[in-house]
Amino acid sequence: MRNRVVFAFAAFLLTACGSSAGNAPASATPVSGTVSVFAAASLTATFNALGTDFQRGNSGVTTKFNFAGTPTLVTQIEQGAPADVFASADTANMDKLKGDGFTAGTPQVFARNKLEIVVAPGNPKGITRLADLAKPGVIYITEAPTVPAGKYALQALKMAGVTVTPKSLETDVKSVVGKIELGEADAGIVYTTDIRAAGSKVTGVSIPDADNVIATYPIVAVKATTNSPAANAFIAYVLSAAGQAKLQSFGFLSAS
Amino acid sequence: MRREGVPIIVVLPAAIGAAFFIVPLVGLIVRSPWGDALSALSAPETLEALKLSLIASLSATAVALVLGVPLAWVYARVAFPGRDLLRALTTLPMVLPPVVGGIALFLAFGRSGLLGAWLDNTFGITFPFTTAGVVMAEAFVAMPFLILTVEAGLRSMDRRYEEAARALGANRWRVFMRVTLPLIGPSLFAGAVLCWARALGEFGATITFAGNFPGVTQTMPLAVYLLLETNQEASFILSLVLLLVSLVVLVGLKDRWLGNA
Repeated sequence: MRNRVVFAFAAFLLTACGSSAGNAPASATPVSGTVSVFAAASLTATFNALGTDFQRGNSGVTTKFNFAGTPTLVTQIEQGAPADVFASADTANMDKLKGDGFTAGTPQVFARNKLEIVVAPGNPKGITRLADLAKPGVIYITEAPTVPAGKYALQALKMAGVTVTPKSLETDVKSVVGKIELGEADAGIVYTTDIRAAGSKVTGVSIPDADNVIATYPIVAVKATTNSPAANAFIAYVLSAAGQAKLQSFGFLSAS
Repeated sequence: MRREGVPIIVVLPAAIGAAFFIVPLVGLIVRSPWGDALSALSAPETLEALKLSLIASLSATAVALVLGVPLAWVYARVAFPGRDLLRALTTLPMVLPPVVGGIALFLAFGRSGLLGAWLDNTFGITFPFTTAGVVMAEAFVAMPFLILTVEAGLRSMDRRYEEAARALGANRWRVFMRVTLPLIGPSLFAGAVLCWARALGEFGATITFAGNFPGVTQTMPLAVYLLLETNQEASFILSLVLLLVSLVVLVGLKDRWLGNA
């Protein structure tokens, strides 16, 4: 906990120094206007922080975020929602958007994420592995299989040979974490980063690598963007060393 | 009486206003894949959601009748301090964002809620993630429609019939059952149908409080929302079904709802 605070403070100092020295992660050509980023719910805290840094390095640009379950974002973009950048929590939804002709350029993987079991603080139900989710008296909830996290959770359970019926199929990872925080459910499968973002309000139980699924997050500019310089600058920032360091500070694995 | 022409300054915004509501309906009708309507409607997931929706919304209406009619009677007939405040509190869900209603239900009837913790510890009863939770969420959001409609009916009825029945020796229960209820029958019916239609369409409180699981808590509106991401055509068709039901209810009740019966 203290380390995180120290780290955040250090990061703040670094960025603050950076911008005053004029060598913040600014793009080659100055960009302006608004860049609307449609990002997977699991990116909420990270992208908000990235956006703050990006704006600091590119005065004149405003970043706006729309966070939701990845398939919801695909639907919104395909129905004409004004998105400039799309950051997906899986390749399947990215492929769909690309296949339907709504992307500009090639999607690039910018982060990876692991699954983890989320439980109430202190793990009162004593859950130590995936098989414990099927124990009687454990209320297990997960994401709908249309959501990347839900699909990955199913894969992980299958690899571990565990059969468990969830009590609910939530629409995104954040609502799973929320119901654990409220104490209404005992366990769920979410990303490592979601557990870290929730701080002391939940506890994480790690899943061994053999049963774990690595989620890959691709990012792309949306074809209908009205501000492609800013969209590309934002993507470049996410892929830059500074952006990657920020992502890793939130618990994401490096892109490769 | 001279018939005045309708001024253009009124007609134009009125027409735009009407189009604002009608164009989305037309969009739904035009974009729906009519050829696949039958297969979309008869898909097992759809039937499951439809069945659950009917059971839950009818149960919610039953709950609303049992609890809401007495409440409406109290509001209409008993003067007590704080009545207006109480009425406002019990009709709050009409204007509250349903998600907020869902969160409030969690804090009251959830496993660690004010009453929910006691119910769980004492009787082992829990509501979240159960069909009972769906009924609860729907009743919370829909009952106010019944309460207000029935109260209006009670207030506008001619009370001399009740007085006559009392004078002729009927006890209060008999008067209520044989005189009051038949007299407010139309309001009761309208209130129940409105309540049912609102319950059928409930989304926010349900997905928050009861979660989403096919066959247990996934009602039609939840299925529509999730289908939008996997099978848009089916989601359009189901939307249309919900829309037609609501339209039939509103057209059927237009006189009662507008209060010019």
